[in-house]
Amino acid sequence: MALLEVTDLTVSFSTPDGTLNAVRGLSFTVDEGQTLGIVGESGSGKSVSTQTIMGLTRGARVGGQALFEGHDLLTMNTHQLQAIRGAQVGMIFQDPLSSLHPYYRVGWQIIEMIRSHDKSTSKAQAKARAIELLRLVGIPQPDRRVSDFPHQFSGGMRQRAMIAMAMALNPKLLIADEPTTALDVTVQAQVLQVMKRLQQEFGTAIIMITHDLGVIADVADDVVVMYAGKAMEHADRNTIFYKHHNPYTEGLLLSLPAYGGERERLLPIAGQPPSLITLPQGCPFRPRCPYAFDKCMEEPPLVEIAGDPEHVSACWLPPDMKKREKMRQQLLDRDKAATAPAAAR
Amino acid sequence: MVRFLIRRVMLGILVLWLVTLAVFFIFFDLNSSGPESVAHRLGGRQATPQTIKLIEARLHLKDPLPKQYWYFLFGYPGQDVANGPPRNHGILPIGGSPHFFHTPDLGYSYINGENVNHKLWIAFPITFSLAIGAAVLWLGMGLLSGIWSAIRPRSLLDRGFTLTALFFYSFPTFVLGYVLLLLLYYYLTKAGHAWFPAGTYIPFTSDPWQWARHLLLPWFTLAAVTAAAYTRLTRGSMLDVLGEDYIRTARAKGLPERRVVFRHGLRAALTPIVTQFGIDLGSLLGGAIITEKVFSLPGLGYEAVAAITSNDLPVIIGVVVIATTAIVAANLVVDVLYAVLDPRVRLH
Repeated sequence: MALLEVTDLTVSFSTPDGTLNAVRGLSFTVDEGQTLGIVGESGSGKSVSTQTIMGLTRGARVGGQALFEGHDLLTMNTHQLQAIRGAQVGMIFQDPLSSLHPYYRVGWQIIEMIRSHDKSTSKAQAKARAIELLRLVGIPQPDRRVSDFPHQFSGGMRQRAMIAMAMALNPKLLIADEPTTALDVTVQAQVLQVMKRLQQEFGTAIIMITHDLGVIADVADDVVVMYAGKAMEHADRNTIFYKHHNPYTEGLLLSLPAYGGERERLLPIAGQPPSLITLPQGCPFRPRCPYAFDKCMEEPPLVEIAGDPEHVSACWLPPDMKKREKMRQQLLDRDKAATAPAAAR
Repeated sequence: MVRFLIRRVMLGILVLWLVTLAVFFIFFDLNSSGPESVAHRLGGRQATPQTIKLIEARLHLKDPLPKQYWYFLFGYPGQDVANGPPRNHGILPIGGSPHFFHTPDLGYSYINGENVNHKLWIAFPITFSLAIGAAVLWLGMGLLSGIWSAIRPRSLLDRGFTLTALFFYSFPTFVLGYVLLLLLYYYLTKAGHAWFPAGTYIPFTSDPWQWARHLLLPWFTLAAVTAAAYTRLTRGSMLDVLGEDYIRTARAKGLPERRVVFRHGLRAALTPIVTQFGIDLGSLLGGAIITEKVFSLPGLGYEAVAAITSNDLPVIIGVVVIATTAIVAANLVVDVLYAVLDPRVRLH
């Protein structure tokens, strides 16, 4: 049985401008000890979906199912959820500068986490555990730094302290919501290193939410590519990087500096992500897709790609990779043919 | 922290000195001569030039201003009883005779020769009782309604609190005071329910229950206006804080909502409220003129108005000194509390 099994999750908000569909039928599973990467642009619904699962979004209409060890998180009451948050599912967030309470000592915040879930732990025990955790995440002189305030920590140290706090009760699942986005590149690598080491040591499953494909390449086993509240493609890491099917995944990879060898210029995806209130008809990526054709006015379902049940993509290009490539070329030639006369004039 | 405190105390003393200096010179310069001068007022309309001269000589009103300021600071030198009221001490706690160290002496009222220290010693507890009771009331009302509004923004209760707050906020104190007197004192007492007595002050030390009963209406008058401001302040501050990332972290830790709101939310939202509270309480300790007048409470504000209308300089300066000290002290306490509340401003 999967540790977390999310089926057909929908999240929408009422706004003065209309209903905002933040997540539109998202499904994924996370197995014990595995890392699931969720990648996508800002506003693709990646953070909202995990925060909704943990009951941290307010005023949202939620549909679907999120089974954590067989129990649906979406139908739990506040008390049941509170018992799971922190203890079973740890969470870390994007901005370590503002995610720790500025008025309380780092150690106090970790101790609070431990003692709020396990009342039998004494203060001294909890403090010893906090020091131990800070040592685990690589904070120098943890017995002294435990009584520092967050503003006495650097950004990277704060994120490590957040990880220490999230890992305090050996959660089965760690949801990391863009944990490295606000950090320097060198510090990013250290933080990812810490997470990977803890994962190996404790067998924690991780959901890594990021827009950084470099992070995905580093840590993820499986990858969900999200766009406009939907999964566009879902496969294991190598497939996503080397045998992806969806044009959106392709666009993301082409906009990476290191990817694609000798290319001098980056190829950004043209245009803007669609408004989640007024979505385009058919495939949400259609207005920005270089291969869009008439069929794309219908919304594509997630279909199995190249006979691999673990690889699904929502695109009308043929599921067979050879046929896909042929059609892709035809569509590119179509564009050239369409623009050539204009150029000749 | 100690150095910071010393610096702030020195600064406070400087402020105090500048304020008394300004008040002293303004009043003496305005009142040294002419038909409105102190001597003419004291002598009355029928006073002969001799009487005026005598008064001026006794109070040293014709001495040069710096010299008079010296008297103000250190008292009249070599003063004997026959030559007017004894005044061997000045406002500074040092100098003068027969004792070098003494309590600051504010002198004697020009109008009735009453010892100003004594006068203000009676007036201050009244203002203090009024201010403290009102402060407790407005802080309680403001915080409770503000927190409640922030937890459920745009709810019916939030809108109700906002409406009530705006209602009282736009209510002048003198109107609210008289309305309360009319409804809760006059009509109720006339109907035979004397629940809210008015018009007298019962010292706390003689009967705490009667003390509170007699102050209830003025407390409420003063608190209603201020509580309205605190409701809005608390609501805004709490809403800001509850939207912070560390509140999401607290929820993600699985803490009970009550702990999230109070331990994590209120703690951070309290800083601007404490600042405002210190300043408000400080300025109130200098006298709540309108409320004291409406409810005939002879507190500092009441005395100040009486002294100003009769040019009673020693009393005016006495009230100013107490009011300034209260404000300076309140600001000092706020600074210290600020450092206690927010570790980021803690000074080493």
